[in-house]
Amino acid sequence: MVGAACALYAARSGLDVTLVDRGPVAGGTTGAGEGNLLVSDKEPGPELDLALLSGRLWADLAEELGEAFEYEAKGGVVVAATPEGLTALETFAAGQRAAGVEAVPVAADQLHTLEPHLAPGLTGAVHYPQDTQVMPALAAAHLVRASGARLLTGRTVTEVLRTADGAVRGVRTDRGDLHAPVVVNAAGTWGAEVAALAGVFLPVLPRRGFVLVTEPLPRRVRHKVYAADYVADVASDSAALGTSPVVEGTAAGPILIGASRERVGFDRSLSLPAVRALAAGATRLFPFLTDVRALRTYLGFRPYMPDHLPAIGPDPRVPGLFHACGHEGAGIGLATGTGRLIAQVVAGRTPDLDLTPFRPDRFPKEAG
Amino acid sequence: MATERPHLAVIGAGPAGLAASLAAAAHGVRVTLIDSAAGAGGQFYRRPPAGLGARRPEALHHRWRTWRRLGDALAARVEAGTIRHLADHHVWCVEPVERAELVVHALLGPLQEEPVTVRADAVLLATGGYEKVLPFPGWTLPGVVTAGGAQAMLKGGLVVPGQRAVVAGTGPLLLPVATGLAAAGVEVAALVESADPKAFLRRPVALAAHPAKVAEGVRYGARLLRHHVKVLPRHTVVAAHGEQRLDAVTVAALDTHGRVGPGTERRIACDTLAVGHGMLAHIDLAESLGCRIDGLNVAVDEEQRTDVPGVWAAGETTGIGGAALSLAEGHIAGRSAAARLTGTRPDPHTWARAARSRRRAREFFAALDTVYAPPAHWTDQVTDETVVCRCEEVTAGAVRKAVDELGAGDVRTVKLLTRAGMGWCQGRMCEPAVAGLAGCEQTPARRLLARPVPLGVLARAGDPEDD
Repeated sequence: MVGAACALYAARSGLDVTLVDRGPVAGGTTGAGEGNLLVSDKEPGPELDLALLSGRLWADLAEELGEAFEYEAKGGVVVAATPEGLTALETFAAGQRAAGVEAVPVAADQLHTLEPHLAPGLTGAVHYPQDTQVMPALAAAHLVRASGARLLTGRTVTEVLRTADGAVRGVRTDRGDLHAPVVVNAAGTWGAEVAALAGVFLPVLPRRGFVLVTEPLPRRVRHKVYAADYVADVASDSAALGTSPVVEGTAAGPILIGASRERVGFDRSLSLPAVRALAAGATRLFPFLTDVRALRTYLGFRPYMPDHLPAIGPDPRVPGLFHACGHEGAGIGLATGTGRLIAQVVAGRTPDLDLTPFRPDRFPKEAG
Repeated sequence: MATERPHLAVIGAGPAGLAASLAAAAHGVRVTLIDSAAGAGGQFYRRPPAGLGARRPEALHHRWRTWRRLGDALAARVEAGTIRHLADHHVWCVEPVERAELVVHALLGPLQEEPVTVRADAVLLATGGYEKVLPFPGWTLPGVVTAGGAQAMLKGGLVVPGQRAVVAGTGPLLLPVATGLAAAGVEVAALVESADPKAFLRRPVALAAHPAKVAEGVRYGARLLRHHVKVLPRHTVVAAHGEQRLDAVTVAALDTHGRVGPGTERRIACDTLAVGHGMLAHIDLAESLGCRIDGLNVAVDEEQRTDVPGVWAAGETTGIGGAALSLAEGHIAGRSAAARLTGTRPDPHTWARAARSRRRAREFFAALDTVYAPPAHWTDQVTDETVVCRCEEVTAGAVRKAVDELGAGDVRTVKLLTRAGMGWCQGRMCEPAVAGLAGCEQTPARRLLARPVPLGVLARAGDPEDD
């Protein structure tokens, strides 16, 4: 997704772009995601600024292509089950409002007008109208197509080619060399490997997530609904399993239940504790789901960074190398802003946001 | 617990699971045999329920004696308490828990709502296979059934699917389906086989080693003749016709490249088309356990062990090869599991006969595989309007668009971009078709839930209070 967005904005700024992937379009984490474009889970800071920029760009793209990738500005609802939880949530939301987020408090007696099938007994919620949904694989595929970039799938980059003075001059692939003065590393969870090909250290680690998909249903969940502890999970540094389900209906009918997080390397076997926790959380929020069947579950590997911020921008260690990876679970949402910023710095223009917090060389070599 | 016999859970009560259960139970292991059907036997030994009062169910079966022997032995073991048979249990997941223990999660009964768990020291996967059917225009019309489905109707319900049938596709299953329908009084207008079974006769080495199989082939040939079934080798069904339901099919001859020969099309009136293009292994449980998959089958060693500790696999799930191979593999798996669970060293000499039979059956099916195949250019016949994924109603045109315009080059990406394979059957039906249309290899689908599970059940799965 991030690579597709970089290709789109780079091509629109007048560059000749080639997009290389060792798999198909959306074959990595993009195809295993839910397509969350969230501001609600982000505290004020550089990531929220990027989310707000990205949200505006997504809305622009949606005018051209929105139907093709199921763009839906459905809004998010974050619920609290206890008075303490609600106080913490409202404090969090106040900070977000100051940073430009629309965050509307919802009293307990208003909750069921917003989401009729929510469990009884919740103490309150905050409504985030800016939270949006896209179908990520379709979004990536249509952005690639709209970019007009040359698309080379099933082609593995094996080497980053450098000139005698160390600058990038292209990449070697298993099917020939591609010459270019600029290389953007948008390899997501595998971004550390591509960085290593250029001889630089970038600590991107896999953080596994499971998503549960139910049988198709008439629309009964209107927003992206999740419990307030989701935010704490996203910001957690723990390698252990964290689950706080985001429950949402989709245009196609099934309900998606997502957001388990654990660092277990690239283990692709089923973790029953993870999906059990997702199911338990979802049925607590929406009791009617108890009798609804999960048709499938799938897993993906988010690109996790030790400080939860992506690497975006030029790598001062290798002239011509740019990074656009490490967005953890927010890569779909943050893709458009990332693509725009990359296009701007590649063209030598001042980027819309200060890239200092996203510097790719901010990690000491020994860390991670 | 220390004094109790070790416990093996066998999933699937077809030939492989039955042979495995009997072998393990005979060698000091307590067995729980878990199966989704009401009675043991699997698809191969499917029988009518007792209530239908069938007088001669064996008429539809070959190797009925083998079934009698297995069925009687199972009854004796159940009686003696060394095998527990859980019928109507639909397994959705096998979960490795603490060291050397696995939990089988199942749903009970036809509604599949009530959860059941079985804790075991080892698990043997004998989950069998299912039929592969490739699409063609009209294949979704009522009256078009799978070849295996037609056979199941005959074996299980004694129901005759129609009055005038065409049997089509490819593979050795078409023979018993055609003769079974004919024997049940259906007029079989044609057996349309895209391969040329005569090519098999040109493999004398494969045949000489399997005189019983040759005899079986000759018997089917004689029965086809007796029932005046016209056999059309190197032909294919290019379309099924009808308004509300099937009333005819168009068949055509294939040239040496597997393309439909122009001008060879002809129409055959029929109310039933039984069609099948071979079999695929059920590997969902093995995949969610993280077992190594070889192609589209579960990879096993000489003892039928997967690479996950405590997990064995036998029968079609390790590669399609028929009932005789399933029996041999099941026996070996059961013996190996029993030995390893009771702490003795497995001695392959004691199952040498089964090992020999396994080797020969694998050779035979490898030879069959070189002969039976769908037409090389079957996708030429699939119009853009033809529905490929029936659950999500995705057409061949949509699949082609995802490949040609959106950069999909594999089944998973086509699924993501078109929803083909996202419905109730989770792609079991359409994956071979999508792979063919996308021009790629079919790869394991990684279905981590072997069947749909109510979220309320999932939310409590493995909760110690429920055990």
